[in-house]
Amino acid sequence: MAESPFKAEIERVQKEYSEKMTPGAIVYIPGSSVVNKTGSWRVFMPEFNRDKCTRCYLCYIYCPEPSIYIDEEGYPVFDYDYCKGCGICANECPVGAITMVRETK
Amino acid sequence: MPIRKVMKANEAAAWAAKLAKPKVVAAFPITPSTLVPEKISEFVADGELDAEFVKVESEHSAISACVGASAAGVRTFTATASQGLALMHEILFIAAGMRLPIVMAIGNRALSAPINIWNDWQDTISERDTGWLQFYAENNQEALDLILMAFKVAEDERVLLPAMVGFDAFILTHTVEPVEIPDQELVDEFLGEYEPKHAYLDPARPITQGALGFPAHYMEARYTVWEANENAKKVIDEVFAEFEKKFGRKYQKIEEYRTDDADIIFVTMGSLAGTVKEYVDKLREEGIKVGAAKVTVYRPFPTEEVRELAKKAKVLALLEKNITFSVGGALFQDFSRALINESEKPKIVDFILGLGGRDVTFKDLDEAFAIAKNALAGEEFDEVNWIGLRKEIL
Amino acid sequence: MAVRKPPITTREYWAPGHAACAGCGCAASLKLATKAFSEAMEEKYGDPNAFAVAQATGCMEVVSAVFPYTAWKAPWIHVAFENAGAVASGVEAAWKKLGRKGKILAIGGDGGTADIGMQALSGMLERWHNVVYLMYDNEAYMNTGIQRSSSTPYGAWTTTSPPGKYSIGEDKPKKWVALIAAAHRIPYVATASVANPYDYIRKMKKAAKVDGPAFVQVQCTCVPGWRVPPEKSIEVTRLAIETGVWPLFEIENGDFHNIKIQPPGGGAKVTREGGKIVAIEFKKPIEEYLKLQGRFKHLFKQPEAIDVMREQIKAMWKVLGVEVTLPKPEE
Repeated sequence: MAESPFKAEIERVQKEYSEKMTPGAIVYIPGSSVVNKTGSWRVFMPEFNRDKCTRCYLCYIYCPEPSIYIDEEGYPVFDYDYCKGCGICANECPVGAITMVRETK
Repeated sequence: MPIRKVMKANEAAAWAAKLAKPKVVAAFPITPSTLVPEKISEFVADGELDAEFVKVESEHSAISACVGASAAGVRTFTATASQGLALMHEILFIAAGMRLPIVMAIGNRALSAPINIWNDWQDTISERDTGWLQFYAENNQEALDLILMAFKVAEDERVLLPAMVGFDAFILTHTVEPVEIPDQELVDEFLGEYEPKHAYLDPARPITQGALGFPAHYMEARYTVWEANENAKKVIDEVFAEFEKKFGRKYQKIEEYRTDDADIIFVTMGSLAGTVKEYVDKLREEGIKVGAAKVTVYRPFPTEEVRELAKKAKVLALLEKNITFSVGGALFQDFSRALINESEKPKIVDFILGLGGRDVTFKDLDEAFAIAKNALAGEEFDEVNWIGLRKEIL
Repeated sequence: MAVRKPPITTREYWAPGHAACAGCGCAASLKLATKAFSEAMEEKYGDPNAFAVAQATGCMEVVSAVFPYTAWKAPWIHVAFENAGAVASGVEAAWKKLGRKGKILAIGGDGGTADIGMQALSGMLERWHNVVYLMYDNEAYMNTGIQRSSSTPYGAWTTTSPPGKYSIGEDKPKKWVALIAAAHRIPYVATASVANPYDYIRKMKKAAKVDGPAFVQVQCTCVPGWRVPPEKSIEVTRLAIETGVWPLFEIENGDFHNIKIQPPGGGAKVTREGGKIVAIEFKKPIEEYLKLQGRFKHLFKQPEAIDVMREQIKAMWKVLGVEVTLPKPEE
């Protein structure tokens, strides 16, 4: 499985991150929100069945975070660091390849 | 060589803008400032100023467009007055908080109601807490010079704050005086290009401007605006000195006139300073020990200079065209605060006069002087005095 | 099996870690808008990053930029609630003078666009700034806790349009800002929906590529404001299209005689004359859209209010030049 592209992003952000006040409270690190792991909000988590997936990309398109990225073979991968468990992907998947299960952590 | 032209303060402001070469000007017509954007439009139309002139649909949008342009990293100018400035109020705080060195010319005018297009300082005084630097011009030459200097101070890295330059409605905005227009080359040398290191909205280096500040960060953000205002005090002195060296005209935060050995010093701002200096001359001829002081820089407030001034007099008579109801004028509040912890301090008497374009005459100044004399003599006096009121119609 | 390419760029300008609610339709709409914008800029200028965002105060602003963090990977500015149009005008003017290629994306919610930001929007459109204004329409002031805006639909519960003994909820029909924008005769105006992502992406790209101003109004769900389960966030806006509640259309150069209508799907029967859609017979009753949402729950006790809504929807379509029939649910 491909590594989440957001992992590299976190490294980049953490390298430059500073809480120091800037003139105008300007934020100089683009996309620095990746360090906020919103996956902790989740109650239900999406479980993905690769065999059923037709690679239609709808889950990838709809995910509001985004917490879904695409691997080298074109399959969606779920980044649970950010997935808030909204369930849109499971609801919209036309072939039922995604099911929401209660978080067990 | 600098050229001399006879012009109104509004034209002087437009000339200052032309010399400063802003890339974006956004403005909306309002009496008495309309001539500023008109003149700038002509400069743009004739190719004498290479700027985008955004003909916005309100002052709120004028300042908003200036914020957008300044945040994108270009020098930005606008002009307004009175209700227009009041409509900008919300965005003035934001421009300062976002540390955008926008420069704005103001034809100082009364606020409604009743609606009134004539001069007082209530419009800019009411914006004194926004974080903007405030300069007040005594004449048309000062209007031009102070706008040029406002750009330099505002854009200084130690400051990065917007600045407004006020000049009195009609008394200056619509009155012609000879004005020396400095050489473009010298102005270019003096100002340089605006190349912000902090705010640029550039896809090559994306930044986020205008983020939410939670309680954990808000105070620090506001503190940097306080710090920038403090820094501006020194920067203004430097810029005034450099300006004098280059252009030969001397500016001071507080300009004194015949204050040595004065018992009473009249303190005022803007064009009224001219009248007051003449009045001081008249009293001096009668052997009366009075002087005058003009506050050119009102924000940042020149506390140290006020303390120095206060040492010279037994009474400070503040002549101001603005009012905070139930308190008094803004200078009264600020002077009182500057002196409150001084061990020795003069009495301060506040005079509210000239509101909404009411002429300030020697007769009015006589009335004020009589009260100031009472204070000097240790008699009872009212702290806040409305001068020139037509009591017969009240 | 050959790997199909993802249908849209995998570049992200809207990073995760933002604080939007789970299932936020507006977050999805912004994510797609910026991706579409990037593709358009790449195709037009050869630079996928050739844009900046000017955003009004609102949900999507407060969830995306909290010092010292930002979800934005494009240059982004927020100033106030009512002035995104004016701020974008200023940024565009500056870019013009800097000789910078690209386009500005202004973003506002329905409150920031249809109400308090209407004037700044109109000025920006009228002055022909090279800006796309994206109105993400979740149909109420959600950021302040669900108050009605002029874009709130008839019958909806909000905290300032509560149903009661003398109230059916919001009592005015929705204001259609897209039509007001089109009256400026700007090059391009469209309505869109996150539930029809390919249409939305196409429209955003078209808006981004035209020279001059464009306006796109995208309907997107507010999970708490509409009182829908988060997983139904997209489904509910799809039903808005399929039942006739949310028309998808495009107006170019203010040509109200040639409004392009997108077929709504959902089994609706579309009649064309000379290539133009002139009539639509919807098959799904609007009740299917309404019943998913808590904000319309009270209407089911007052079915005559739903009939009023049906008449309003027909009138709206008539403005677009389309005669529609809206079915009632089967008894």
